[in-house]
Amino acid sequence: MNALPFTIYVSFAGAVLALAAGARSASAARGVALLTALTTLGLTLFAAAGFVPAAGLQTLVNADWIPQLGVRYHLAADGISMTLLVLTGLASVVGVLFSWNITERVGEFFALYLALIGGVFGVFLSADAFVFFVFYEIAIVPKYFLIAIWGSTNREYGAMKLVLYSFAGSALVMAGLIWAWAAAGGGSFALGDLAAAAAQFSHAGQLGMFALVFTGFAVLAGMFPFHTWAPTGHVAAPTAASMLLAGVVMKLGAYGCLRVAMVTFPAGLEYFAPVIAWLAIIGIIYAGLVALVQEDFKFVIGYSSVSHMGFVLLGLAAANPLAVSGAVLQMFSHGIIAGLLFAVVGRMVYERTHTRKLDDLRAMPLHKLMPFAAVVFVIAGLASMGMPGFSGFPAELTILVGTWKTSPLWALVAATGVLVAAAFTLRAIQVSFFGKSGHASASARKVAGHAHDITPITWPEKAGAILLIAVMVYVGLHPDSLLDWIRPALESPLMRAALTGGAS
Amino acid sequence: MILSYAELLRALLPEAALVLGALAILGFDLAVGRGRTGAQRLRTATWIGLAAVVAAIYGTLAAGVGGPAFGGVLALDHLTLATRLGVLVLAAFTLGLLPGIARLRHPPEYVAVVLFATAGFTLMAAAQQLLVIFLAIELASLSLYILAGFDKSKPESAEAGLKYFLFGGMSAAFLLFGFSLLYGLTGAIDMPHIAMQISLLGMSPLLVIALAMIITAFGFKAAAAPFHLWAPDVYQGAPVSSSALIASASKLAGIVVFMRLLWLGTGFSAGRVVDWPIVVGWLPLVAVLALASMLLGNIGALAQSNIRRLLAYSAIAHAGSLLLGLLASGREGPGPLFYYAATYGLATVGAFGVVAVVERAGRCQEITDLAGLMKRSPFLAAVLAVFVLSLAGIPPLAGFFGKFAVYASVLKIGGLGGPAGWLTIAAIALSAVALYYYLLILKQALVASPAAGADSAVPTPFLAGVTLLLAAALLVLLGLFPGPVLQIFL
Repeated sequence: MNALPFTIYVSFAGAVLALAAGARSASAARGVALLTALTTLGLTLFAAAGFVPAAGLQTLVNADWIPQLGVRYHLAADGISMTLLVLTGLASVVGVLFSWNITERVGEFFALYLALIGGVFGVFLSADAFVFFVFYEIAIVPKYFLIAIWGSTNREYGAMKLVLYSFAGSALVMAGLIWAWAAAGGGSFALGDLAAAAAQFSHAGQLGMFALVFTGFAVLAGMFPFHTWAPTGHVAAPTAASMLLAGVVMKLGAYGCLRVAMVTFPAGLEYFAPVIAWLAIIGIIYAGLVALVQEDFKFVIGYSSVSHMGFVLLGLAAANPLAVSGAVLQMFSHGIIAGLLFAVVGRMVYERTHTRKLDDLRAMPLHKLMPFAAVVFVIAGLASMGMPGFSGFPAELTILVGTWKTSPLWALVAATGVLVAAAFTLRAIQVSFFGKSGHASASARKVAGHAHDITPITWPEKAGAILLIAVMVYVGLHPDSLLDWIRPALESPLMRAALTGGAS
Repeated sequence: MILSYAELLRALLPEAALVLGALAILGFDLAVGRGRTGAQRLRTATWIGLAAVVAAIYGTLAAGVGGPAFGGVLALDHLTLATRLGVLVLAAFTLGLLPGIARLRHPPEYVAVVLFATAGFTLMAAAQQLLVIFLAIELASLSLYILAGFDKSKPESAEAGLKYFLFGGMSAAFLLFGFSLLYGLTGAIDMPHIAMQISLLGMSPLLVIALAMIITAFGFKAAAAPFHLWAPDVYQGAPVSSSALIASASKLAGIVVFMRLLWLGTGFSAGRVVDWPIVVGWLPLVAVLALASMLLGNIGALAQSNIRRLLAYSAIAHAGSLLLGLLASGREGPGPLFYYAATYGLATVGAFGVVAVVERAGRCQEITDLAGLMKRSPFLAAVLAVFVLSLAGIPPLAGFFGKFAVYASVLKIGGLGGPAGWLTIAAIALSAVALYYYLLILKQALVASPAAGADSAVPTPFLAGVTLLLAAALLVLLGLFPGPVLQIFL
């Protein structure tokens, strides 16, 4: 447990080292990045092995930082943060593996990448709203450069849009947090103290603070109608950045909604829950339908991320322990699945065929040209649709069952989203990998035409994909391994006060 | 009243050191400068100037903290100490950048005038009586006019100097008129007496006029909208180091002297803006200026393609945030406002410094002239990123905490419901707009590739490099550990 804060420091130190190593050689920078990512993963797994689930946050560090404002450098973890820390560790390792082919400004790439990871670790460990916010904003700027320098398709637009949405969201969070801090007397930014003080605020004040903070975080979680940054940003980003964005960064938003907004201002949650739930449901179905008609392979995955994050928000809005535990599980599961999907599309397919247009891909029998990619994508697609045996199934099922307890109507409407997800996933699989397989003679020529410029799948790609699939299947078959961490965390007094959905 | 001139000398040690330094530069150059190249004379003058600033820093510390000095004309409190140190450090950074600019015709005179301006700033930091305040402001301003128009080879510089002088002269007239009304009303020129009289007299139309005059003059000096029109032209035309000084040390000293004047002298006529209804006083005026500056600065900056004009509009926007901080500094203490002004100055000096060094190797007017800086000079690109991100308020840099502390101090006195709260919301929302144009700078510097014909490496002179590195390091350090700065005022 006590090793966890080092994930932050190791990431930032790794960023500096990667920058220095990059000035010498690209492979040195790669090595440093992989070593750093493996170290952080090792640290999280080591901490996870010794983790004893308990109600409430277990403090790791608690020191004075800015006494004049009552800011303490307070890091703590519970089962929810533990789950997401492991996810971040996995995502960082896999992201490095799938960026192995970056050749331009390698040192800078991995420096920014690791800085982003460090910020993410920081957010998941913070127990002080100010610290939380600082790490949250540290994670914003690297995204701009990762996308604008190494991205594709309209990258400068996508990068700027993404960063401005994130920053505008964090501006709302800042306004809400300072307001709450000031109203509480300006003595402390600790999440627990803020929550205790918030109970005494006027009802209107609580609603206003909740609206500001929740909306701010929800922008990053891709809540409809603030989701439009996500598809353009994901598409423009280089593979590793898409994997991180969809896999981890969107979870920062959802985590902020849960850890800060909902817990601190339960009255606001109670009032706004129906609005959030319906926005989440619209997001699930609307983004799913949009994914169904996309012509760019990566946009399909981009919109599917928004759709799946809708389930997370729905689970949070349902506000009972079952639904919220499902939401956290879905954060983990979607982080793994989205990472894998983006890896296949961005790295395995796009880097080799240089097209993401589904029409062009349809003309190539990709399942013959790159069978490994096809198999991985089919598995990831099945998981994404919610097939039993993969992590997506227990997650979405738990959310829907939990939501049913609060409102059967929400659960019913959201369940149609699962059908839409099946539709767009199957379409993507069919069109992209099994396009013209029926036409033997034509496809034979195509194979001859394409085979020479398609390089084989490299070992880092295989390693990354197999790691993700293994985790996906393990969690799918044994979801209790994570739920056993998450459930006790939802038993803490603060969480209990917030999670009353369906009870009243 | 018995006045002790020894006490006066002790209180004015920094100013004495600066003026002696300026005279030494001029004298030394007269004696041995003839026949040497401009670069040599500049180097000598810069080192003497830096020595004078170091002596002034020593003098500031030696003068220490001791309450009112010389019959209340000067205040030697913590705010004076911190502001003097801040101004001197910023002036030292400006001096350190000078060898990176080099194209001045009369370098020793330039350095000497910088020292005179700095003496004006340090005096502003301590002044507590209307006449001394006016004198200090004019000493600083007249020096700055000269600095703005110093580059005689460029018509833009002359234009900048003239424009700055005309606007500045006008604002001096407003200030003097306001002071004379204040004196007429209260019969006093030192702040405690003015405050006492105002508390007895209450609000009167004449007092409103006096306050409006003073705030108008202040608006001119701080480049707050709608009195900001001189700023873009001056920043663009003046020698870069002059712009840096105008934007940094001058702002810090200006905001501190007006904070002292408005809160200490006329605090009883402040009015109220933290909740409805608004009570008439100078606070509502300041709030209006703050809003106008933030809107005009941030939106105007979006349209700029010239890097200096962009920094000028960013300065206008930051002036708005400074005025916002002024609303709260009466109740919450000067800590957040001082921190904001000082770190903003540091980041601005740095940004102008990078512009100056790039210009030395070629052109640096348009933002696109920074294209590919990462390839041309990784060091400059890295420090520029620190300065610009600090201006944008990204943690863990100092600009973020300054912003945060100012907003927090405003919300702490009134919450979000009142006018001041809404102003804070506007400021927070506009910070997202600001990030856009700051990222445009960084996009050129870090993302774009060098333009054809402008891809040669940019050499960084040693002293300028050290200065920029120190400024960047200070921004990171102050951002990570803001506590010690705030601690000064508690």
